[in-house]
Amino acid sequence: MITLKEIIQKLNLEVMSASGDFDREIRGGYVSDLLSDVIANSKEGNIWITLQTHPNIVAVATLKELAGIIIVNKRKPEDETLKKAEEENIPVMVTELSAFEIVGRLYELGIGRATENAKEV
Amino acid sequence: MAEDKKYTKIQELTYELKVGNVMTKKVVTVSPQKTIYKLRNILRTKLISGTPVVDKGKLIGIISIEDFMKCLAKGERNIPVEERMTKNVKTLYVDEPLVHAVRKFDQYGFGRFPVIERGKGKLVGIITKGDIIKGLLKKLEIDYHKEEIHRYRASHIFEDIVADRTTLTFHYNVVGEDFNRAGESASGLKKTLFRLGIRPDSVRRAAIAAYEAEMNIVVFTDGGKLTVSVETHRIKIEASDSGPGIPDIEQAMQPGFSTAPEWIRELGFGAGMGLLNIKNCADKMNLTSKVGKGTHLEAIIYLNQR
Repeated sequence: MITLKEIIQKLNLEVMSASGDFDREIRGGYVSDLLSDVIANSKEGNIWITLQTHPNIVAVATLKELAGIIIVNKRKPEDETLKKAEEENIPVMVTELSAFEIVGRLYELGIGRATENAKEV
Repeated sequence: MAEDKKYTKIQELTYELKVGNVMTKKVVTVSPQKTIYKLRNILRTKLISGTPVVDKGKLIGIISIEDFMKCLAKGERNIPVEERMTKNVKTLYVDEPLVHAVRKFDQYGFGRFPVIERGKGKLVGIITKGDIIKGLLKKLEIDYHKEEIHRYRASHIFEDIVADRTTLTFHYNVVGEDFNRAGESASGLKKTLFRLGIRPDSVRRAAIAAYEAEMNIVVFTDGGKLTVSVETHRIKIEASDSGPGIPDIEQAMQPGFSTAPEWIRELGFGAGMGLLNIKNCADKMNLTSKVGKGTHLEAIIYLNQR
């Protein structure tokens, strides 16, 4: 079991919006820059890896109850994005790695091998 | 009375939380052969007042700043840690309830307890009073947040209204081309449906359908309306606009087909999956459109009776 907090420490992610549940266990993730694709295929509790930085990523993460968003290639999220993320309790992190590299690291940490998502509520 | 209630809540949490939930996992340890003088540097640079002594992964003792000061008084700078450490270490198990930890702190007056795994005795963490306080505060905050959501519940509304048929209708105005506010209607709807006590999976499907419908209005038209009506057996989502209209609905329903301009696609919208997502979420979907006049979409989600 690995929590969001541990992922942040181990992969040296820069936390941009720190409101949300960082002790949540992360079991799987999804990578895509197309919002409708994320809506269709991500699972509740997933960590989402994307290069998009605009406020709508928070809406998508909220909608799908994702555990957090990792923005790749050191792209800076817009101010409005971070404001919304704080309001909606969606953790937003930035990495300088590319999507390919960060996903590789996440797999090394054991995430993604058990993709079944925990039922909540 | 409020004071009383808080107290019992914390007590309850000390039974609910496990030592492993609040302990510090990254433990600074020393090997038994380290000299007391080297220990000083470790304590100073890590800003800690004591540390477990570990030999080949096994916990064999604990040494604190008091032990160090005693050695200093006797001038024992180069004596190995193992000769001055406390050997009979009091520990806690990682799966013990927090209340055991609280009791042990009271009983022994120590500053810290190493945390070990049951069976193998492997050192997995360390716990201080500070860790307990932090852990409790965090849990309280999470619980408070959940309670706040719960307080807004209006799930009794359908039972309270006496009528042969009750329909609750919510209207949302969607502004065209406003990407900053796009998605607000759907997230507002989601919160509302939760408060009505509708089952989470149905809420999610409705919210996704509403989001995609809302995004279509934002991306392709200069504005429109989202109307959602809820009855005990179903949710109906209607999206209407007076925008450009869809020339070929069958084509528009094809996965990947999109007429969105490049700059919108770069933002991740217009992937040609929106209508399909709506269709997949809804039990029934109906789409009508006239070029130059506008588009009307209706999606119905049936609520399983419990």
